[in-house]
Amino acid sequence: MKIAVCVKRVPDMDVRFRIGADNISVDQGGLKFDINDFDAWAVEAALQLKDKNAGSEVTVISLGPDVVQETIRKALSMGADRGIQIKADKVPFDGLAIAKALSAELKTGGYDLILFGKMSPDSSNGVVGPMAAELLGLPCVTAISSLEIANGKGTAKRELEGAQEIVEFPLPAVLTVDEGLNAARLPSLKGIMAAKKKPLQIKPALLAEPQITVRKLELPAERKAGRIVGEGAAAVPELVRLLQTEAKVL
Amino acid sequence: MTDFYNLDSVLSEEERAVRDTIRAFVDEKVLPIIGDCYIEGRFPKELVPEMAKLGMFGANLPEEYGCAGLNNVAYGLIMHELERGDSGVRSFASVQGALVMYPVYAFGSEEQKRHYLPKMASGEIIGCFGLTEPDYGSNPSGMITRAREQKDGSWVINGAKMWITNGSTAQVAIIWAKTGDDKSDKSIRGFIVPTDAPGFTAKDQKGKLSLRASDTSELVLQDVKVPATALLPKTGGIKSPLMCLTQARYGIAWGAMGAAQACYEEALAYAGNRVMFGKPIGGFQLQQQRLAEMLTELVKGELLCLHLGRLKDAGTFTPQQVSLAKRNNVSAATDIAREARRLLGANGILAEYSSMRHMANLESVYTYEGTHDIHTLILGQAVTGLSAFE
Ligand SMILES: Cc1cc2nc3c(=O)[nH]c(=O)nc-3n(C[C@H](O)[C@H](O)[C@H](O)COP(=O)(O)OP(=O)(O)OC[C@H]3O[C@@H](n4cnc5c(N)ncnc54)[C@H](O)[C@@H]3O)c2cc1C
Repeated sequence: MKIAVCVKRVPDMDVRFRIGADNISVDQGGLKFDINDFDAWAVEAALQLKDKNAGSEVTVISLGPDVVQETIRKALSMGADRGIQIKADKVPFDGLAIAKALSAELKTGGYDLILFGKMSPDSSNGVVGPMAAELLGLPCVTAISSLEIANGKGTAKRELEGAQEIVEFPLPAVLTVDEGLNAARLPSLKGIMAAKKKPLQIKPALLAEPQITVRKLELPAERKAGRIVGEGAAAVPELVRLLQTEAKVL
Repeated sequence: MTDFYNLDSVLSEEERAVRDTIRAFVDEKVLPIIGDCYIEGRFPKELVPEMAKLGMFGANLPEEYGCAGLNNVAYGLIMHELERGDSGVRSFASVQGALVMYPVYAFGSEEQKRHYLPKMASGEIIGCFGLTEPDYGSNPSGMITRAREQKDGSWVINGAKMWITNGSTAQVAIIWAKTGDDKSDKSIRGFIVPTDAPGFTAKDQKGKLSLRASDTSELVLQDVKVPATALLPKTGGIKSPLMCLTQARYGIAWGAMGAAQACYEEALAYAGNRVMFGKPIGGFQLQQQRLAEMLTELVKGELLCLHLGRLKDAGTFTPQQVSLAKRNNVSAATDIAREARRLLGANGILAEYSSMRHMANLESVYTYEGTHDIHTLILGQAVTGLSAFE
């Protein structure tokens, strides 16, 4: 099987973000970056398929400036075979521009399976995978939480509100990966050393003029401090009164 | 994680990647169980296969022997992260890598290296290092364990070793013994002794109040017979085990800062959350001073490790430089752990928090691999040219 996984470099979400001087981007000072979790699960899914199907090859693709090579190497250190950087000065906000640049590369690869993360937490659009599928004219299943491939056909599960959906699809196909599909392996120390020797191609991005641009970025309003109305059972009547009259939720 | 001096910026991508793998392993696998292991007084053996799979054992030894072939800074970062989990877990990896695999690598025959190193890297064979004896701790040159060569070239070993990390877990023990009739330390040689050999017994040392999540055992060797191939051929004199200790002490200097970091982070978080007299205790000058002192010693110790690592990678570091780092960093870490424990108030005495566990663990680290005092004397000798030992 030939499998492609598209991965994005994203900031560690556990930190406090600051808005940059331009008011349209996040201040990158002091941020730590790593592979998007959803993309790491996509890499893991590809590696599990590779483990089951001898002779498979996993290609990792990332669009962005040279720093994304580190993200690609992370996937290589987990066990992917080769990497491609689609070189661009920055990652556009416009998902369609990204999808076009990626699909230009993806269509030349003859892949049986193309995996994306369901979304990336930094831009939260969740559109790149399905848009790339559309541009490639391939079937697309989004937000999968299980995956089975046999005899040129795939079966995947999707978690819905209060239900599960089992879908079947032919190959080649584009899938986007949700949480719960697997737990991504840690790169072993030998894997980290081996990654340096794996092929990493660099190709220029064919980026269309973005149609969507960010105009302004704002932090959410500070939450007002809570109030303690009393303690124990004695406080209940006052609490109920405030919930009715002030908060108006009862 | 605090990186006040942006040390990440002077680490290579590969060094950061190694650190991140071990950091994630410790967060996911060690921290959730270590408090209970400590209370139960058991080494979490179940972690060994995964540690091996990730390549932690002998990670700075060459790839041709099944090891990861990392540089020494990356190796140090592994020790730092492991000890951020627990000194006992780091001790396990130190012993396996620096005190068992290293002597096989440095003093072993090619056959010994090919046979043992890949199996030790994969965790199939666990080792321990038997140098200390009941009556010879700081002065291992005085050891009385003796190996006598037989007519057929085999050896018979008699003696007792004490405080041996991994002693009851190991399949092989690197045993240091005097050979022949020579009572001087020049006759000391190392042997790879299978722990199931007749006459070899290991007994868990009970009653420890420190390093409880580690196996510490007493070894007795009574007429233990080993073939000629058990001898590590290139060992000769007390210098050989001391070379191993230099490797392990290097890792300990890093590891101690890992334990210190765990304590600092815990204290910092607690100071921000715990409200007393109407505000977080981190807002009081006394606690800020505590945190500032802890942070300062942490940064200094880490910078020391990093430079020492670069010297080791350049092949120019000296055992005395390692002594300085072990001495300073372990001592600083014990202080940081104690201050963190105090900042936590009553919660600080619980196993649910890590500071007191680290504080107690670090007392072992302060004593083993050359006590703080012994490293003082090593430095004293290095600068004055006068030995205080004789
Ligand atoms: C948990 C643990 C694990 C260990 N693991 C191992 C292991 O795997 N393998 C192994 O071989 N050993 C191991 N050790 C042993 C350790 O290396 C020794 O305990 C250490 O070398 C000190 O020896 P000692 O305990 O006999 O103390 P002693 O040498 O008796 O020292 C007692 C005190 O006297 C001081 N002192 C000694 N000599 C002098 C001097 N000349 N001048 C001034 N002060 C002096 C010391 O600093 C110390 O304060 C371990 C120890 C512990 C606690």
